[in-house]
Amino acid sequence: MSIGSFLIAFFLIRHLRKFAQNAGLPPMWEQILLRAQYVAIGLMVVDAVFDKEQLSKWAWHLFLLGLLWLIYPRSEFRPTRNFVSAVLPLVLINIVVDFTELVASTFARQYNNYFEMAQILAFGWVIAAWVSTQRQQKALEKERQKRLEEEERNRLIAAQNTQLESMVAERTAELVRQKEELEETLTELRATQAQLIQQEKMASLGELTAGIAHEIQNPLNFVNNFAEVSVELCQELNEELAKVDLPESDRDYVGGIISDLVQNQQKIAHHGKRADSIVKGMLQHSRAGSGRKEPTDLNALADEYLRLAYHGLRAKDKNFNASLITNLSEQVGKVDVLPQDMGRVLLNLFTNAFYAVQQKQKLNGDAQYQPTVTVSTKRCDEEVEIRVRDNGVGIPESVRSKIFQPFFTTKPTGEGTGLGLSLAFDIITKGHGGTMEVETEEGKGTEFIIRVPV
Amino acid sequence: MKILVVDDETDVQTLFEQRFRREVRSGEMQLAFCYSGEQAVDYLTAHHSEIVLILSDINMPGMSGFELLRHIRTTYPIPPPTVLMVTAYGDDQSRQQAISLGANDLLSKPLDFQALKEKLKSVV
Repeated sequence: MSIGSFLIAFFLIRHLRKFAQNAGLPPMWEQILLRAQYVAIGLMVVDAVFDKEQLSKWAWHLFLLGLLWLIYPRSEFRPTRNFVSAVLPLVLINIVVDFTELVASTFARQYNNYFEMAQILAFGWVIAAWVSTQRQQKALEKERQKRLEEEERNRLIAAQNTQLESMVAERTAELVRQKEELEETLTELRATQAQLIQQEKMASLGELTAGIAHEIQNPLNFVNNFAEVSVELCQELNEELAKVDLPESDRDYVGGIISDLVQNQQKIAHHGKRADSIVKGMLQHSRAGSGRKEPTDLNALADEYLRLAYHGLRAKDKNFNASLITNLSEQVGKVDVLPQDMGRVLLNLFTNAFYAVQQKQKLNGDAQYQPTVTVSTKRCDEEVEIRVRDNGVGIPESVRSKIFQPFFTTKPTGEGTGLGLSLAFDIITKGHGGTMEVETEEGKGTEFIIRVPV
Repeated sequence: MKILVVDDETDVQTLFEQRFRREVRSGEMQLAFCYSGEQAVDYLTAHHSEIVLILSDINMPGMSGFELLRHIRTTYPIPPPTVLMVTAYGDDQSRQQAISLGANDLLSKPLDFQALKEKLKSVV
């Protein structure tokens, strides 16, 4: 019977150990169970060696009872109770049978059949319980496997999520960068568009101006010519009058009228000439860009016209003084331009600059104020840059967009035609394919920047 | 000296007559006026060889000054008159064209009458 006890102990312990491992019980239990196994094996060996059946039988009973007593009440092993409680009757029946044999062997022999039947039944129950437990455990195992797989899957999904998350972040960053780039390009395009519209407007205004000038020129010529010839006629009339005999008072009266007529015709001629010079300026628009380009020393040109403009102004206003600063880069060298046109542009910019500083001096009367006009040249890769800066009155925001339009002027009537900058703009953009920009701050000064491709 | 002035602006006649009043009065100069190229061609045919000098505008409706000039230089008989062209566009291209068609000179508007008088004296 001891081999049966050993098998029971062996399978019970194995079952418990497996359970302890799967359920993740503290390692203490594993050690206890392992020791129990060694004890079981030890008992078996001792039993086999000494062959004291009566003694070993009770040792097995004690061992199994102890094991069950140890395991059964433990809440950790509650899931194994099904099998453990199946073992308990067998152990108890074995003890009862052995005990009966010991104290009442006749009674035991008499009812041997019943005892054996109870033992077989208990054993059968153990096997049934073991099989059902095994099946249960298999189902559990399967479920556990499934759970593990699911966990694995979840872990994979989580990993993939993180990867996706980082990819999305990367994409988002990329998109944001592209968006910013596009926005920047859009801003640039908008600026270029505005510039193009402005240039187109200027170009058509220039053409219009030239067209108007052509139309006005002929009638204006007549006005001037007839005014001039009338002056001559009056002189002739005076000469003829001298030959005629007239009372002195009448002669004076007629003479006075004639001299008034002469004066009127001279006035007509004078203002006609004024209009004519405006028309000439307007006609320059149609000529901007014609003519031949030749290699020109821009630095020399700038320097020459700076002095010319300064002395031109000084001739009119002896009290005016200004500092002239030149930052001319040797790298500029000779550039293919229309020298006369470029000279006109520079002269115009310098004249404006001196006018602006003069206005500021007049306005604030600050003794500390030092009027300064600066011209600087620079060679960039494909272009030459000329900057004309003054520390004058600056250009108010409200008129900044109009300064390149023909006939726009802030000068008093008769002082400016409003054609200077518009012509300069035409010469630079149409005549030289360059650009002309202005940077200005009211009360601080203005800077014109010309860029001409080389 | 007989001068033919060709211009589509009729006021040119008044202006010339007043400008050259003294010369016309003294008989030094005779002025004739035509208001188109076609009219000038007819006039020249009718007043054969009277005209010594022709002063013609270039931009005219119908027959232009250049066409008139070409006509004069290709068909007008001896003696050939002096032809001065007048233009509002004093550019090189017009000048080249006028000279190549046989003009004696090209004057630009507005006319400087003082200079024109000098020129007339030297040309004739």
